[in-house]
Amino acid sequence: MSILDRPSSSGISGGGVTGRQAWGLFWLLVAALVAWLVFAVWPDWLNAILISKKAFVSAILNGITLAGLYFLVASGFTLIFGLMRNVNLAHGSLYLLGAYIGYEVTSRTGYWLLGVAAGFAVLALVGVVMQVFVFRRLEGDDLRQTLVSIGISIVAADLMLAVWAGGTYQITTPEWLDGALTLPVITAVRSNGASVFLTYPLYRVVVLAAAIVIGVGLWLMLNKTRVGMMIRAGVDDRAMLSASGVNVHAVFAIVFAVGAGLAGFAGVVGGSALSVAPGEDVRYLLASLVVVIVGGMGSITGAAIGALLIGLAEQIGLVYFPTYGIVLTFVIMVVTLAVRPQGIMGKAR
Amino acid sequence: MSLTIPTDGAATEKNWLEKVGAGHIVLAVVLVLYPLVASDFFLTQIGGYSLIFGMLGLSLMLLAGYGGMVSLAQITVGGIAAYAIAILGNNNSNVLGFGWPWWLAVPFAILAAALASALIGWISVRTEGIYTIMITLAIATATYYFAQQNYAIFNGHSGYAGIRAPAFWGVSWRDPKPFYYLCLGLAVLSYAAVLYGSRSTFGMTLQAIRDNPRRMRALGYHVTAHKVFAWLLAGLIAGLAGVLLVWFNGRVSPGTIGVDAAIDVLIIAVIGGLRHPIGPFLGALVVVLMQTFAIDIVGAERFNTLIGLVFLVIVFVSPDGILGLWGRIKPHLAQESLRSGP
Repeated sequence: MSILDRPSSSGISGGGVTGRQAWGLFWLLVAALVAWLVFAVWPDWLNAILISKKAFVSAILNGITLAGLYFLVASGFTLIFGLMRNVNLAHGSLYLLGAYIGYEVTSRTGYWLLGVAAGFAVLALVGVVMQVFVFRRLEGDDLRQTLVSIGISIVAADLMLAVWAGGTYQITTPEWLDGALTLPVITAVRSNGASVFLTYPLYRVVVLAAAIVIGVGLWLMLNKTRVGMMIRAGVDDRAMLSASGVNVHAVFAIVFAVGAGLAGFAGVVGGSALSVAPGEDVRYLLASLVVVIVGGMGSITGAAIGALLIGLAEQIGLVYFPTYGIVLTFVIMVVTLAVRPQGIMGKAR
Repeated sequence: MSLTIPTDGAATEKNWLEKVGAGHIVLAVVLVLYPLVASDFFLTQIGGYSLIFGMLGLSLMLLAGYGGMVSLAQITVGGIAAYAIAILGNNNSNVLGFGWPWWLAVPFAILAAALASALIGWISVRTEGIYTIMITLAIATATYYFAQQNYAIFNGHSGYAGIRAPAFWGVSWRDPKPFYYLCLGLAVLSYAAVLYGSRSTFGMTLQAIRDNPRRMRALGYHVTAHKVFAWLLAGLIAGLAGVLLVWFNGRVSPGTIGVDAAIDVLIIAVIGGLRHPIGPFLGALVVVLMQTFAIDIVGAERFNTLIGLVFLVIVFVSPDGILGLWGRIKPHLAQESLRSGP
């Protein structure tokens, strides 16, 4: 699913090598290198450079899982921004509120799936309320919409602090999600010849799978359904969509419901994998911002690419240069802005 | 929305009193005489603190009001100056601290802040409009996390403590009265510079670029260079405020440049009003007073809810802040007071 292992569509077919073929060869080599790094037993010199194979592969896997979580949060942010020009800086608060609601529902009923559903449903409702009662009144004034969303995030953060205090919560996952998965990746070979396989928490694999399923679902919704068509038309030209007789406000409400609901969903899922505490809202807001700046606004594919870059950068930075990790994220953002100001998948306006 | 009235031939014959404006003179007299009636608490915690945050808000007002670029990174720029003072001068955290004298450390700190600001500006002017807010917020947040996780430069979570305002010319500038006058002097200097600058050729060009960048580009102006230079100037003011802030607190830590603080500066500027340089100072006074006395209204715990609600009401009711409210209540008077200049 990444740009790293994109299949090369063109082979060598006689005559000169075209630019397209050269790129295909390049990506093929990159894919081979990645496959070798993941599956081969590392020689000692490589272990010496990259600490250990276990650390490296774990960082990559953690990065991809985190990218799944970031994608869930940022896809809503990018859809809302792309369609309504509404920079919803309260998006991080939606994530945190979803996490708290998931915690309450799960700990009271004992059903984790119910918590996940509640996180999505309640936040979708909150999103619609915000769109209808707040943002619709300020339509066309994107600066004021942004300021209002900042105000909402301040009040929301403070009220959540009042209700749930400053403690750290952990949403308990059901038993069938606990445990570890043994991956067919050999990290080392013992002296007696037995191979040591890498184990990875099952829950994180499930998070990643959920993110991929939702990503594909969003893509299908945007590209294959009537509502998706309207949303894409709205991203390109909102006035024209309205003029052609579509009730744009209904489309806006749907997008806000989906975006906020996904943030709430990600809150419960992320709160189960990591933890729920004040300050998480800022972390996920930053992730959403950078993902959208890097990926390009209004693009689901861009959000996936951006989330993957940022997730990997964060986890690799955490392992190899812990006190300068955030600089990597920063560099990705600056380089993108310098080379392609509209973002990797963004359209120039 | 221009507040600047072109000076015609008649204005040159005005005397200095008319040039400065009666409102400014009354305000100056009140501010200079304020220490006679105020206690030490009101002098520093209200007076000095409002002036410092007013300067931070002023640097935002310069960018947003004249340049149309709303930045959330002004506290970051101020924080860079504050950290520079801690690193170049003396601190008692046993990390870095080169021990430079104040007259060497302060210019370097302000220069570092201005250059950082220009860099942030250069990054963010590559896109337009609402993107600026997102990019500057991302930069501010990333800097906050960087300061928190890095021990070699920023000394991590605890930051630097034990930074003292210098004593020179026989005055200890840490004492309430000298510190208040120091803040007042620098605030007035920045205020006058922004007011003067807004009427200069550069200020006029910047406002024209804000209103129609394409036309200005077609006329042959270098739009990016003008914007980045505005960021540099805003960085000078924010850096100055950062130096005062670190002297005021005696310490600087990631919390000083956190997202809350970044948003506080925006709130101050928006509540006060972004159309005139006096706005941020008004906003700072209101916010600092609320911060101090909110304990009696909603309790110290729920201050953020109160300030957030006030902010929401202001954004909904009066996009131009208190200045805009004033303009609505007393249209005629407001016109006169806003045009108090020549």
